[in-house]
Amino acid sequence: MEAPIRTTCAYCGVGCGIVATRTGARSVTIAADPDHPANLGRLCSKGTHLGETVRLDGRLLHPMIGKRRASWDKALDLVARRFRRAIAEHGPDSVAFYVSGQLLTEDYYVANKLMKGFIGSANIDTNSRLCMSSAVAGHMRAFGEDVVPASYDDLDAADLFVLVGSNTAWCHPVVYQRIRARCAAGAKMVVIDPRRTETAEEADLHLAIRPGSDVALFKALLAYCRENGLIDEAYLARSVHVPDDFWAEVGEGSDLWSAARTCDVPPTDLRRFLELFAAHPRTVTLFSQGVNQSVRGTDQVNAILNLHLATGRIGKPGAAPFSITGQPNAMGGREVGGLASTLASHMGFEPESVATVSQFWAAPNMACKPGLKAVDLFRAVGEGRIKALWIMATNPAVSMPDAGEVRAALAACPFVVVSDVIADTDTGRFAHVRLPAAAWGEKDGTVTNSERRISRQRALFALPGETKPDWWIVKEVGSRMGWRTHFAYDHPAEIFREHARLSTYRNHGRRLFALPGLSAIGNQAYDALEPFRWGGDAFADGRFSTADGKARLVPVAQRALPGPLAAWPMTLNTGRYRDHWHTMTRTGLSARLARHREEPLVEVHPEDAAALGLADGAIARVATPQGESLFRVSLSEGQRRGELFVPIHWTDRTATGGRTGLLPRPLVDPQSGQPGFKLTPASITPADIQWKGFLLAADRVERPDCLWATRIQVPAGEVYELAGIGDPARVEAVLPKGERIEVIDTARGARRIAVLREGRLVAALFVTRDGLLPSREWLIAQLGETAAAPAVLAGGPAGPREDPGPIVCVCFDVGIKTIVGAIATQQLTSVDAVGAALSAGTNCGSCRPAIRRLIDDARKIANA
Amino acid sequence: MASTSSLHAKPHLVVIGNGMAGCRAVEELLARAPDLHRITIFGAEPRVNYNRIMLSPVLAGEKSFDEIVINDQRWYRDNHIALVSGDSVVAIDRAAKTVTARSGDVVGYDTLVIATGSDPFIIPVPGRDLPGVIGFRDMNDVESMLAAAATGGEAVVIGGGLLGLEAAHGLSLRGMKVTVLHLMPILMERQLDGAAASLLRSQLEARGQIILTGADTAEIVGNGAVEGVRLKDDTIIPAKLVVMAVGIRPNVALARAAGLAIGRAIQVDDHMVTSDPSILAVGECVEHRGQVYGLVAPIWEMCRALAEGLAGRRSGYAGSVTSTKLKVSGIDLFSAGDFAGGEDCEDIVLRDIAGGTYKRIILKDDRIVGTVLYGDTADGGWYFDLLRNRRDVSGLRDMLIFGKAYAPLESPA
Repeated sequence: MEAPIRTTCAYCGVGCGIVATRTGARSVTIAADPDHPANLGRLCSKGTHLGETVRLDGRLLHPMIGKRRASWDKALDLVARRFRRAIAEHGPDSVAFYVSGQLLTEDYYVANKLMKGFIGSANIDTNSRLCMSSAVAGHMRAFGEDVVPASYDDLDAADLFVLVGSNTAWCHPVVYQRIRARCAAGAKMVVIDPRRTETAEEADLHLAIRPGSDVALFKALLAYCRENGLIDEAYLARSVHVPDDFWAEVGEGSDLWSAARTCDVPPTDLRRFLELFAAHPRTVTLFSQGVNQSVRGTDQVNAILNLHLATGRIGKPGAAPFSITGQPNAMGGREVGGLASTLASHMGFEPESVATVSQFWAAPNMACKPGLKAVDLFRAVGEGRIKALWIMATNPAVSMPDAGEVRAALAACPFVVVSDVIADTDTGRFAHVRLPAAAWGEKDGTVTNSERRISRQRALFALPGETKPDWWIVKEVGSRMGWRTHFAYDHPAEIFREHARLSTYRNHGRRLFALPGLSAIGNQAYDALEPFRWGGDAFADGRFSTADGKARLVPVAQRALPGPLAAWPMTLNTGRYRDHWHTMTRTGLSARLARHREEPLVEVHPEDAAALGLADGAIARVATPQGESLFRVSLSEGQRRGELFVPIHWTDRTATGGRTGLLPRPLVDPQSGQPGFKLTPASITPADIQWKGFLLAADRVERPDCLWATRIQVPAGEVYELAGIGDPARVEAVLPKGERIEVIDTARGARRIAVLREGRLVAALFVTRDGLLPSREWLIAQLGETAAAPAVLAGGPAGPREDPGPIVCVCFDVGIKTIVGAIATQQLTSVDAVGAALSAGTNCGSCRPAIRRLIDDARKIANA
Repeated sequence: MASTSSLHAKPHLVVIGNGMAGCRAVEELLARAPDLHRITIFGAEPRVNYNRIMLSPVLAGEKSFDEIVINDQRWYRDNHIALVSGDSVVAIDRAAKTVTARSGDVVGYDTLVIATGSDPFIIPVPGRDLPGVIGFRDMNDVESMLAAAATGGEAVVIGGGLLGLEAAHGLSLRGMKVTVLHLMPILMERQLDGAAASLLRSQLEARGQIILTGADTAEIVGNGAVEGVRLKDDTIIPAKLVVMAVGIRPNVALARAAGLAIGRAIQVDDHMVTSDPSILAVGECVEHRGQVYGLVAPIWEMCRALAEGLAGRRSGYAGSVTSTKLKVSGIDLFSAGDFAGGEDCEDIVLRDIAGGTYKRIILKDDRIVGTVLYGDTADGGWYFDLLRNRRDVSGLRDMLIFGKAYAPLESPA
């Protein structure tokens, strides 16, 4: 057995340590790292099954120019040439990078350096814009720096958890286990979420507030604290700047009754929340996308931060506001300046910072102002202002709001580069050049988790095919654009050292983010680097990263919440499933993870469903002014009336429906530029379905061409759930070649087709209009196995067929055992009686003498 | 000769035809009313009653003639039946109530049963009368084929239906090089569709037969004896034996001459009585409710109805649905009911070409009206039961094609 390798999980921002032990060229067993402070031996379902996702299925293994394989030299030269040309003809702001929280810090650093220091634009934004940027903006407004003032240790010390817009049980399961462990010891948990999620089910109190009413809720709580003497006046005086009129503005409309009405929750529940908060000073408020993904996301963040600052519940054990991040390295990206609105190393675009970074990098073309944030960036692409775009490790054709417009923009862009680990993605289809990137398990570098802990992610496997780490790809392009000496990296440790040096360069304690002592870390020490937290117990000393050292209370106002629109009477919310991750390029490979939720569902309150004619399990069309997509209806008491919930994970590659990204408006928070995914006016109508069915295949097949087709990974292949209108025969086109066996009932619209190769089942298709479909389970287990025709088509083994014995009646295939048995059990005494019972002897009659003998024999035995 | 009834206590029942229908009718009658009649049976063949549909196994060498005998001499003797074999009836005098045999004998009857069966249809092409051109109807034909096969050589079977293929199989097993000529594009087109027919074709070809479909015979060539068959495209297939198996014609000449009502065959009522109340008819020579049958099961039912009528019970016959099995060893083929289909018919088809299995069920108003099974005929009886009993199968339609093991019906209460 090979030596175990300690690394970190590929998924969420909890940043769990894992111990990976290679068992083959592309196989590995995964265990939780008992020594990693983030998880202390725990792991969630996704992390546990990481080993199922390291196969090379679907990987991009070679550079591609158009549809043709190309050499690295040719592909990189082309990218460099096209970017250079665009800059020369249209200026540096005519190019852009759109990057990802999946990148390692070293990758991020090099990309940011190339764009902001050398190309001379800040048009590099990251998909973290879609999930974190309101938290970033809120932190900067309140603390002067994007610092999360909490650690996982605080979870062990808290007496009250307030989970806001966070289905923690599904999205951050390891953090959630730590919270529940503390609750088992007496701590309380309040969940604020319009949906009754599994997290909410376990809460001491669930406030199913009207979406978008968070500010009203937290202002009411702040007002209550003020009225009840819970404000830490001494702390405010020492460490917080309070704007004039702040308190007067808080008081307006923040009484219990008004707030309960605005938030649409029972006043008694609201009162209970206020009292729980009052009773438990050690409060950790965890917030996530339900807060951030709003057109008032930053205000919502600051409403939470205001509360913690005003009550002094910050910088103390068990008391902190805690933004928990969605991606493995969103935090690392924030540290190096992966957002268009920040520069690098937690610096902004103040002239002094620009000068600092410019000098440190010896940058010839330093960007002096923020670049385009994600939504604006793709809008600029659509308007033709971006001539060359490089997308790294993310799938904006799926994940951006109003993704239909994003697709149109990508299609119109003169030059699109996509570096990714997956060959066929919705975004990759628009690429002129595709570059094969190293995946988790192949990459080497660092990541930062939600609690500011930097951990090493280590390679487990050799780089497959011609794949390369993202930092290598970027530095090669940078070199070919003319800055070879500035991008002469050969090892991620070199990049990390430079990043650490920049963090302390002219810092003088102004920024909490600093990595002192790591500027000269050797390659070996880097390889052996243990997980560590930067910033220590942030703000414990009551000093913040502002010029005056004080935090800020930020006045925030609850915006008006309009009632439903006639044409779009429902409100659409989006989110994650427990066992899926982003666009499923990785979790989609795991049969076990697929089982939790196999298809994209739209969750609807049963009473809404009844009123709208939606049956549980039916296919429905969810539409918004931006677009529409199909989902399978799931009735859920956990939905508020008038609200719909859909998952974000499905793509054109995996389903014809479930395309959530097409639906939200491209409206963003004015501070952070983060899109408001969670509150979109929508409509829902039943889709006209004339037939349904499913398809199994041992090997990957093209997605069938019909109204509804969703791919589900199973152990020996994949399954597509299908539904459609018109003739179902055309979905047969995707069936592989082989010996075909089939049952067709044309009038009934029923088709059962199995494809065998050397006697083994390689594919099967079952379709019906209104009849039965066999159990998928048994058939799935037959994939790749030796299969018998009638059983496979029938969808299960036959009941025990009695052995008829040697055939006596050849016309009806009636055997001697059957006849003897019938004579005995039914007391048959004549040939005609046997004929009436079994048909035997009733046709050609040649067996009648034999039947007569059998009757005589039976009589003799009976008389003996 | 006067009516015999005055000379004997019992009325005289005369049966024309010692075949399957005639003898079965007598058997059924004896089972109900053993002493009611004095019985005479005329048989054109010089043999006792045998199972004609087992001629194929005899030709194939799987059974001997003795094994297909239904009633031997003792049966005639024990039941006091006068068998006139090797002498055929040539005329009926309805006024006198007598029949005249070829030998000149005249026999009076009180009740007459016509069971003259059918004759093979001989296609009207030049050369059809040449020695070596035969049908496949009786033991004489089998003996001709066995004699021809004894010296090997080439044979042509015209007709790729059930009977023709059984003849071809037998001749092939007996060592002849057999070519089957079939006018239609697919074999057994009345029972099979293209898929099943091609399964059958390849299985037969694998056994050394040559199958020509779309083959239209122009003439049978030969100088004094058969030498071959010329097709309309001028292909000549050499053969010393030509077996015509393109269909049968009800044998109604005698009845027609006697002035009985004839449609497609001798018209009978539900009690098998012809337009003359003293004359009954049964078997392939009759038309009942517009239907003419060429299969054995309906004949059994007619015989039962006839016997019931003569025995005074008059339960009647309401028509039959039929099933057939191709008697070619190693090939399992079952079909039952109606295959023509129609606009209001629906079908369910199972195809497993590589596995050699094909099943088709034809439905109308949620009831099975026909089925064809190839390769796996184990459920033939079950489907036939559902068909005959007109069971509503809508509740088990999705699984019906998979057979009884997958779609158990509750047993009728």
